[in-house]
Amino acid sequence: MLFKTRNFDDAKTVLDISDLVVSLPPAAKAKPVLNGISLTIRQGETVCLVGESGSGKSVTSLAVMGLLPKDALFVTGGSISLSGTDLLAQSPGAMQDMRARRVAMIFQEPMTALNPVLRVGEQIEEVLESHTKLPADERRRRVIDIMEQVHLPDVERVYRSYPHQLSGGQRQRIMIAMALVLEPELLIADEPTTALDVTTQKQILSLIAELQEKHGTAVLFITHDMGVVAEIADSVYVMNHGDMVEHAPIETLLRDPKKDYTRKLLAAVPSLTPRAARPAPGGDPVLRVEQLNMVYGGGGLFKRHPGTHAAKAVTFDVARGRTLGIVGESGSGKSTVARCIMRLIQPTSGAIRLRDSDIAQLTRKQLKPHRQHLQVVFQDPFRSLNPRWTVGRSLVEGPVNYGQSPAAARERAAELMEIVGLPRDSLDRYPHQFSGGQRQRIAIARAVAMEPDVLVADEAVSALDVSVQAQVLDLLDELQEKLGITIVFITHDLRVAAQICDDVLVMQRGVVVEQGAAADVLANPQHDYTRSLIEAAPGRSWDFANFRELGAA
Amino acid sequence: MAMNSVPPASAMQSVLRLLSIPGLKKLGVGPLLAALVLLAIVIITLLSPWLAPHDPLEMQPLLRLKGPMPDYPLGTDPYGRDLYSRVLIGGRVSLLIGIGAAVVSVLIGLLIGLVAGFFRMLDTIIMRIMDSLMAIPSILLAIALVALNGPSITSVIMAITIPEIPRVVRLVRSVVLTAREEPYVEAAQALGSSMPKILFQHLMPNTMAPLIVQGTYILASAILTEAILSFLGAGVSTEIPTWGNIMAEGRQYFRIKPELILWPGLMLSLCILSINLLGDTARDMLDPRLKKRGE
Amino acid sequence: MLGYIIRRILAIIPVMLIVAIFVFLLLRLTPGDPAAIIAGDMATPEQLNRIREAMGLNDPLLVQFFTWMGRLLQGDLGVSLISGTDVTTMIGQRIFPTLNMALLTIVIAVMIAVPMGVVAAWRHRSWVDYAVMSFSVLGFSVPVFVIGYLFILVFAISLDWFPVQGYASPTDKGVLAFLDRAILPALTLATIYVALIARMTRASMLEVLGEDYIRTARAKGVRESKVLFRHALRNAAVPILTVIGTGFALLISGVVVTESVFNIPGIGRLTVDAILARDYPVIQAMILLTSGTYVVVNLIIDISYTIFDPRIRY
Repeated sequence: MLFKTRNFDDAKTVLDISDLVVSLPPAAKAKPVLNGISLTIRQGETVCLVGESGSGKSVTSLAVMGLLPKDALFVTGGSISLSGTDLLAQSPGAMQDMRARRVAMIFQEPMTALNPVLRVGEQIEEVLESHTKLPADERRRRVIDIMEQVHLPDVERVYRSYPHQLSGGQRQRIMIAMALVLEPELLIADEPTTALDVTTQKQILSLIAELQEKHGTAVLFITHDMGVVAEIADSVYVMNHGDMVEHAPIETLLRDPKKDYTRKLLAAVPSLTPRAARPAPGGDPVLRVEQLNMVYGGGGLFKRHPGTHAAKAVTFDVARGRTLGIVGESGSGKSTVARCIMRLIQPTSGAIRLRDSDIAQLTRKQLKPHRQHLQVVFQDPFRSLNPRWTVGRSLVEGPVNYGQSPAAARERAAELMEIVGLPRDSLDRYPHQFSGGQRQRIAIARAVAMEPDVLVADEAVSALDVSVQAQVLDLLDELQEKLGITIVFITHDLRVAAQICDDVLVMQRGVVVEQGAAADVLANPQHDYTRSLIEAAPGRSWDFANFRELGAA
Repeated sequence: MAMNSVPPASAMQSVLRLLSIPGLKKLGVGPLLAALVLLAIVIITLLSPWLAPHDPLEMQPLLRLKGPMPDYPLGTDPYGRDLYSRVLIGGRVSLLIGIGAAVVSVLIGLLIGLVAGFFRMLDTIIMRIMDSLMAIPSILLAIALVALNGPSITSVIMAITIPEIPRVVRLVRSVVLTAREEPYVEAAQALGSSMPKILFQHLMPNTMAPLIVQGTYILASAILTEAILSFLGAGVSTEIPTWGNIMAEGRQYFRIKPELILWPGLMLSLCILSINLLGDTARDMLDPRLKKRGE
Repeated sequence: MLGYIIRRILAIIPVMLIVAIFVFLLLRLTPGDPAAIIAGDMATPEQLNRIREAMGLNDPLLVQFFTWMGRLLQGDLGVSLISGTDVTTMIGQRIFPTLNMALLTIVIAVMIAVPMGVVAAWRHRSWVDYAVMSFSVLGFSVPVFVIGYLFILVFAISLDWFPVQGYASPTDKGVLAFLDRAILPALTLATIYVALIARMTRASMLEVLGEDYIRTARAKGVRESKVLFRHALRNAAVPILTVIGTGFALLISGVVVTESVFNIPGIGRLTVDAILARDYPVIQAMILLTSGTYVVVNLIIDISYTIFDPRIRY
């Protein structure tokens, strides 16, 4: 792994945050959201601010921008200085003038961060209108120039486009162009690649690095992804619950973290090295998918769309007790396949054989006896449990549907609570009383209560922080050992796939491009697309959990 | 595949939080006052036979259009009847019609809306009919219905109910359509729950909060519509003193004695105002989307 | 785009057909003899017969429907039972006062309500917001005729700024004379409309102001007025337009009441007179006319969404 080793000791300090305290309104009587944090960035330096959700990293960036939500968060102590200007002392008008001119920001969701009803060119130009007195043709020239600098294709056409007509990567390029058109001293990037696919992420990261080099911008990069940190950071600050835990140059931090929290955080990052192979399966496959096709839309009286072919001739099988990963970027069709298997949608053609019965075209009624062998865990732990029901009621719903007595089902539910690591009395509580990770455990317990043969996990850990993610993956593994469940694991994250899957199936635009044992596919990819996915995975040659290069035993 | 794209806490979560006692404390004076005013109006209306100093129907030809007198605090109407007694009692029929229309339209609308939201086959037909009903201005439809069915209380309730139904149907349907996309509903499907079970146990509870709010607004608008119908001469029989009827009779004498319109108008407006305020309060508490901004 | 407009216009047909069927059945399915209902209790047998003849009530239901629809499609709305005049002609004579009033009302309402809603949302939870919301609830709660009489009492009788009642055509008597008489009724009509639009503008703006792209605009250092009107209002426009369309129904019922309060010889008054006289063909025609207008207004609004939101493409 080649870390950045640039030295900034002689560069001038651009951002200096010292002992910053940000609090909720006094009436809330809560502990401060930022608890006296300090941070320095020098000219041309990239500083990564990492932490899990609720660590206060985004609040830090909004405080610098002077954009803390009114009446909700207040700076109550410390100072923020931008190249010697005390930002906290500025009037709202002066601060407004400073934004985009001296400090600019890009956000996580390029779709929602751009105004959907204005042309993107106009949105960039608006920065110049707000801060300069340039004549119209000069403004336009500058906009075209910065759009070329962020490597947008067909600049004249893109200038006139609306956000929804561009891809996610292009939209983020527009955001970057908007932020850098006035060459600010400091660029704050708040999770700018989190919503993007890995291959796009790689391009955006190198674009930011390129422009930083060119303009000497100081970059504050906020992320939760240690892989990204390893790729781009000069130095790293680790935050947890509003406290600054540790800061160090990148290599020092990854090789020799001083604080327990940092070690824990790094240890939870799954390795890209596939898990040790388990003994080959015996017996017939439990689930067999043959030539599965799914076409959405099409037809209609006035519409003449051909429809979207979301899954093309997908074929695979899984044996009892094994885990199959279906990996792909957004739009690859992996979720479509999952929903077909679950029979939440009816596939256009093909067979889905569950324990030898083909369920692909069964009606709702005919499906009922098969449902109990096939269960699901969804991505979003906040929406997968009925918020009005106690956990207990959600857990007994399925077994009671299949004739178990409520009392027996409840007894079993209580046991399951213990198995997934929650107290028995959780059954009487409501979903909102649990954290995201706990809810995901409950959703797993609900699925397992049906004693299914196959469990489909659709991005089941993607919404969780890495430390929680690791625990949930361990739980799935443990349940599989104990109960011999077959798991179909849908994910976009190669690290997660490497951690849990025996076999992997890589999908691109509805087609399976490569499949085989995880160890083979991930260590020795045959297809170009698989290779590009693996190469795009940030920090792929570093073994975070063991604080060393991969393979350096 | 965004990792952090989880929407904030679910609707119910905020509802539960807001319904807790500290939430109620934050309500402020407005809604409290509204509740008190409404309560007072309801009590006065219920007790009006005992509170009214005169028989509201008793005509005194010698006392036509008099100003306030000791025995007649608000004076008399064109037939020499006591305005004070009539205004007190006038709320009875108005409130009865309002509550009747609100309950009936919510119940019928809920049923049709659930069906439309859950059965795609019927959805198109039902919604076309509802669109058509919405296109007919409610006051004209009500006028036509009353003109045909006679000025009875039931026909006025029916006349107010029919135009309200499509609004309830649309609301219920949209809630059901949103809720059925929720992963927990799909999970229930995976758990083998039957259609009726999913419909009544998972989906229908989602409609309750918005229906309570909508019901309040219908109550207010029904009382208002009743008054307008009476005012136009298409309401309940003129022999029954309702706020609308009292005002209708006062029209001709408006320049001589505006109190004939102002007093019942004031009672009516206060009543509707407090119901609307309570409806707004309920909506602010139950609608997580608007609430989110404040946090 | 053109294809979409044609499709939308075609979609009106079933809606209007159902309205027509509904209006037709309204009279025929009412329990009792429709002729007796129309003529009232005191009617003589000859009167009843004349009504039956005039409305073709002696034919089988289906025949009645098709004859009626056939005439309707030729623009024949029937004949008034009271005056014996052709209903189409009657409407033609009365429509202009109403149209002028309605247009004036919509212009006033939008001009007042939208800025009110924007400011209320911008200064969420400030006294401005509370004032706008209070006005809005009040506008919903006071019956339109009470507002009308209050305006007359204050501005016409006490202050003597405007005439009490009446109407002057802007083409015959001049725009000033028209405005002099039309301001009070238009303000009366506008009250509830303002309440409705201001409320929706505020709600829609509040939602939009919480969006990421508003934060982006502020992060760009864009002036607050530009954030509000350039970035937020355009995004908030669709629900506001929608409510202007659906609120059109409220405007219609307001017209019926306001015209009687202010003694304006428009189609609202025509309707009220028809109710009192049980002139059913006129009532029927009014329902068809107003429903048709409502549908067309909402069609235009639907199509205008594309101007405000480029994501809506057909």
